[in-house]
Amino acid sequence: MEDKILQAEDLTMHYTTRAGEVSAVDNITFSVGKGESLGLVGESGCGKTSVAITILRLLPENAEIMGGRVLLDSTDLIKLSAEQMRKVRWRRISMIFQAAMNALNPVYKVGDQIIEALETHLAYMSIQESRERVEELFSLVGLDPQLMDQYPHEYSGGMRQRAVIAMALSCHPDLIIADEPTTALDVIVQDNLLREMMALQDRLGMSMIYISHDIAVIAEVSERIGVMYAGRLAELADSAEIFHHPIHPYTFGLMSAFPSIVGPKRELAMLPGEPPDLIDPPPGCRFHPRCPYSTEICIEQVPEFKDHGGGHLAACWHPLEASG
Amino acid sequence: MISTKPLVKVEGLQKFFPLSGGLFSESRSAIHAVDCIDFVIPLGESLGLVGESGSGKTTTGKLLVRLIDPTDGHIYMEVEGGDVDIAHLRGKDLKKFRRNVQMIFQDPYESLNPRRTVFDTIAEPLEVQGVGNVIERERRVAQLLDMVGLSPPETFLFRFPHELSGGQRQRVAIARALIIEPTFVVADEPTSMLDVSIRTGVMNLMHELADRLGVTYLYITHDLAVARYMVDRLAVMYLGKIVEMGDMEEVLHHPLHPYTKALISAVPVPDPTFERALPDIIGSIAKPIDPKPRCRFYDRCPIREKICEGSDHPTLEDKGAKHYVACYLV
Repeated sequence: MEDKILQAEDLTMHYTTRAGEVSAVDNITFSVGKGESLGLVGESGCGKTSVAITILRLLPENAEIMGGRVLLDSTDLIKLSAEQMRKVRWRRISMIFQAAMNALNPVYKVGDQIIEALETHLAYMSIQESRERVEELFSLVGLDPQLMDQYPHEYSGGMRQRAVIAMALSCHPDLIIADEPTTALDVIVQDNLLREMMALQDRLGMSMIYISHDIAVIAEVSERIGVMYAGRLAELADSAEIFHHPIHPYTFGLMSAFPSIVGPKRELAMLPGEPPDLIDPPPGCRFHPRCPYSTEICIEQVPEFKDHGGGHLAACWHPLEASG
Repeated sequence: MISTKPLVKVEGLQKFFPLSGGLFSESRSAIHAVDCIDFVIPLGESLGLVGESGSGKTTTGKLLVRLIDPTDGHIYMEVEGGDVDIAHLRGKDLKKFRRNVQMIFQDPYESLNPRRTVFDTIAEPLEVQGVGNVIERERRVAQLLDMVGLSPPETFLFRFPHELSGGQRQRVAIARALIIEPTFVVADEPTSMLDVSIRTGVMNLMHELADRLGVTYLYITHDLAVARYMVDRLAVMYLGKIVEMGDMEEVLHHPLHPYTKALISAVPVPDPTFERALPDIIGSIAKPIDPKPRCRFYDRCPIREKICEGSDHPTLEDKGAKHYVACYLV
C-alpha cells in the first residue's frame, strides 16, 4: 500500500452526447508505484486520454464520473472540492499534453508562462526566485535558459515540448501524466526527448504515466504496461511480460500487427473489424466481435479483470497461455 | 513482376520556394525544398521515401504527379507508349498523363469532399477523363469498392464521408486513386493517421492491389518500420537531397550514410528488452534556405571533416549492388 503513489479503483466515466451515453471509461483499476513508470496503450477512442482527464478531473461539461475512486496517497481525488483539486494539480500531479503548440499561449514569453504557473501554485516565491527556478528548469530539460524570454513560435516543435515538460516539472510533482508527449515529433527528436524524460524521472524520483497509441514508444519508456480496449483495461503486466507473453487476444493482435525494423521481416497479422461504438458497446467482453477465440460466454458475461499469475492481470474468458 | 524497365526516371529535379521579399523588392532567398535529385523507379519496384519533416519528401511526391511545377529538372515517364518528360507538360498532354498517375493523401478526413457521396468521389476521375457512361461507371465503382474491401458495395455507394470510419475513408481514397488504372501511385503517408489494427489492413490492401493491378508506388513516410513492409527500395532524404538509396533490407541492415544510421537507431522498437544504440547526430534539422555549398548534413554530422565543408554537397555514388550514398567519407 505504502509504495503506491496513485490507485484508481473501478473508475467509470460517461460522456453525454446527442447520440447517447458514451461509456468512455468502464471499471478501470490500476495503480502506479512510487518512482514507477506505467504505460497506457491503445487505439484512438479506447479511453486512455479519458482516464487521464478523469484522474485530474479536467473533464468537459458533458462528462460525468459515474463511480470509483482515485486515491492519491490516501486522499480520494474524486471527493475533493474544485478548490482542493486545484491544489493537487501541478503540485502533486501534472500533465504533459499531446499538442505542445496548444499547451503554450502564443502571446506570452515561454518563461513568463512558467513563472505564472509557479506564482499560482507556489505563492511564496519572489519574481527573482521564480526566474531562477525557470532557468534551473530550462537547464534541466536541455533548453538554453536564455530562451525563456522568447515566444513559443520562435521554438521548434521539440523545444516547445521541452518547455511544456519544464512547466510540468515546475512545482515538483510526484506524478506526471504524459499524453502522447512525442507524437507529432520526428524520430530523432522523439528519441532525444524520451531519453531525457526517463533520465529526469530517475533523477527526480517521480512517477510517470505515459499514454500513447505507439506500442514501440510505450515499450521503451514503461516498466509496466496497461493495454486498453473500448474503455476497459484488457491487460496489465510488466512490460517484458506483456510483450513476450501476452494473455489477451487483443494484446496479441496489436503486437502482431505492429511493424518493427528489428529482427526478421515477418507477416503482419490483421485484426478483423474495427473498435466498437461506445454508445452501444457489445455486451460481455467488448472485444468479442473481433476475437478469434470468442464463444458464448464472451457474449454473455463481462470477463473479470484478474491476476493470471505473478501480477499479470487480464480480462479474458479464453486467455492465451500465460507464462509460469 | 520486377523488370528493369524504368517506370519513372527523375533527373536533376529541383523545386525552390522563393521567400517573400517585401512588396516591391524581388525575393532573394529561397527554400531549396528539393535540390537536384536523381532516381529511377523500375516497373513493379516500389520506392520508399523517408526523412524528417522538412526533408522535401512530400514536395518530391507532388512534383511527380505534377500537383506543383518543378523549378528545374526532368521527370521521364511512359505516356501512351512513348517516353515523355512530364516535368513541363501543359493542357491536354498533362491531362493525358494524369491517367497514368494518381496520388493518395495522408488525411482521409481532409482529402474527401464531405458533400460528395462515395460514388461521386470514386467516379470523379472517370468523369474528368471521360471514361464510360453512368451505368458503366457505376459498375466500375462497385467493382473497386469490392476490391478495397468495402462490401457489399451497394451499402457504401451513396454514403457520405462522415458516415465512414477513418479506415473506410482511406479505402475510398485508394479506390478513387486506382479507378482509372494508373501505373504509378504516389502515396503520401497513407496510413499514418490510422490506428494499428486498421493500418495493417490498409497496408495489406495496398500490397494486394499493387500485385493485382500492376501498380508501382512511391511511398512517402516518416516511419521506417512501415516503409519496410511497403517497399522494395528505400531513398533517404535530408534537406532536399537524397543521401542514401538502395534495397530496403540492405539499407536497414547496412546503412552507410551517418544520417541514415542516426535515423535507424532513433526508431523505437516494440520490445522492452531490446537495447537501442544512441543515435549519433548533432543538433536538429534546419530549414534549407539558401544552403551553403557544402554537404547538407555537415552541421549535424558526427564524422565530418574538412572536405565536407570545403566542397559542395557530394553526389550519389553506387557503392555496389545499387546501394547509393552521397558522402565524402564513405
